Amino acid sequence: MFPTPIAKTSRQWQISYQIILPIVLIIWLLPLIAVAVFSMKPDADFTNGNYWGWPSSFELFTNYGKVFFESNMPRYLMNSFFITVPTVIGAVALSCMAGFALGIYRFRGNLLIFFMFIAGNFVPFQILMVPVRDLTINMGLYDTVTGLVLFHIAFQTGFCTLFMRNFIRALPFPLVEAARVEGIAEWRIFLYVVLPLMKPALAALAVLIFTFIWNDYFWAVVLTQGPSAQPVTAGITEFNSQYRAAYHLMSAGSIVAALPPVAMFFLMQKHFIAGLTLGAVK
Amino acid sequence: MSTATTNAAPSRGWYKRNEIAITPWLFLLPAMVFFAYYVIYPICESFRISFYDWDGLGEATYVGTANYERLLFDDRKFNVSFLNNIKWLILYLLAIPLGLFISLFLNQTVRGIRLYKSLFFFPFVISQVVVGLVFSWFYLPKEGLLNAILAYFGSDGVNILGDPSLATYGIIAAGLWPQTAYCMILYLTGLNAVDPEQVEAARLDGAKGHKMLWYVILPQLKPATFIAFVVTIIGALRSFDFIAVMTNGGPFGSTRVLSFYMFEESLSEFGFRMGYGAAIAVVLFFIMLIFITYFLWSMYQDEKGAR
Repeated sequence: MFPTPIAKTSRQWQISYQIILPIVLIIWLLPLIAVAVFSMKPDADFTNGNYWGWPSSFELFTNYGKVFFESNMPRYLMNSFFITVPTVIGAVALSCMAGFALGIYRFRGNLLIFFMFIAGNFVPFQILMVPVRDLTINMGLYDTVTGLVLFHIAFQTGFCTLFMRNFIRALPFPLVEAARVEGIAEWRIFLYVVLPLMKPALAALAVLIFTFIWNDYFWAVVLTQGPSAQPVTAGITEFNSQYRAAYHLMSAGSIVAALPPVAMFFLMQKHFIAGLTLGAVK
Repeated sequence: MSTATTNAAPSRGWYKRNEIAITPWLFLLPAMVFFAYYVIYPICESFRISFYDWDGLGEATYVGTANYERLLFDDRKFNVSFLNNIKWLILYLLAIPLGLFISLFLNQTVRGIRLYKSLFFFPFVISQVVVGLVFSWFYLPKEGLLNAILAYFGSDGVNILGDPSLATYGIIAAGLWPQTAYCMILYLTGLNAVDPEQVEAARLDGAKGHKMLWYVILPQLKPATFIAFVVTIIGALRSFDFIAVMTNGGPFGSTRVLSFYMFEESLSEFGFRMGYGAAIAVVLFFIMLIFITYFLWSMYQDEKGAR
């Protein structure tokens, strides 16, 4: 193990490490802690210039209550859910199938199609922006949740296919061969042999895509414009102009907007990290 | 009944005979249709639009390479954006050594280290919009925590996002925060897989500290470094959210990058110049293409090795 395990070092260093660790963490998360503190402060603290002193009172419920009951925030959160969940299902379903095709079969153009998916996934958003906006408008889907979902599914399929294909490639191929010898139809092999083995990949991708889509801002701005369809990332700017300079409310709003992916991460940590670090170990 | 079986038999026979050849295409079809419609076609279409003068609504007029000529030879905003893109690319790469450093610091087994690791990774999970907001409040000249700390040390306040010579660096610093967290988690995973026997053998040979890191550990972390490099480059060139949220391109347009400038030209209050925007997008695409080609080439080498 590198660096030298702490247990094998001097007692002094062991103790100082234990002390340094929380200090470094607090410095690392300082901007976030500041926002969390802000979100609990009363309005008066900001008018009195008490930005960084101890809060004169804790107004957790008042502040978050305002976010939930006196703004469009719940609406934006709902939109985010209705954008994110179908996208996750769609992109994972499409890429499972594509990954199966690219991972199991050998045919002309296999690698070419695979590389096309990877390259498309790296492309800058801006080169897609104008045409995708036109396509969406022409289909009558501008400023709708559906319009965003369809595009997100298509774009995320690139990354998901890369992921799925590499995962399927690493599965034991003799399983598929054995099934073929038994005369099982190919689509049944997919459904009953490969798919059950892909559960960890499905979980990893689902949490990753959930986070990516929840946090998307660019496409939300390009393809939607009002509270009827905008997700929370775009809504937060409108929310902030509603409460200009009311830092306690803006902080509370930001924390609410950030929370679902954070919760997802802590619940599904193992899968999340497995997904992000795919390929980091050979 | 008998007609049904005679009809079905040959078709099933044909499918059965070609099952292995046809199945992959059937499985690929939905993904490819979506991808062609929303990714491949738009890329081609952007190339076409970039040769037109078009406001997004009326008739488009063909102008040849006029958009590109103006862009490359006669556009101060483009120059500023391009320069900022280079700053982003170079400084964003700092996330890799920083992430490595933190991962080395955290790669221990003490009580609660798992929680520490996830809390260090935390910034990456939050949306860039929120990170941008958090940092713009952190930087605020009067109310911000940064100046509160600086004042404590007796320094005058700085207005980072209001100063054209500092604003871009302030935004990049904000961007480095989640990016470093990402690189850290890549390296933590990599360090987990480092071969302990090699480390022990090197220790017996008297290697330690930075020599051990450089000659024994880093070579084994190569796959992690490659991925960290890929995601950091892509992240740097995609930087849009931070700029839109923190400065909206200002002050005096000093924080624009190509991705933001393109958006501004085609979709902001300054008007819908889709043709010109598309030309900017094409330039950005070609910059990205340099890196994409390199990534694909590296992956191709791996694939060849694997088969």
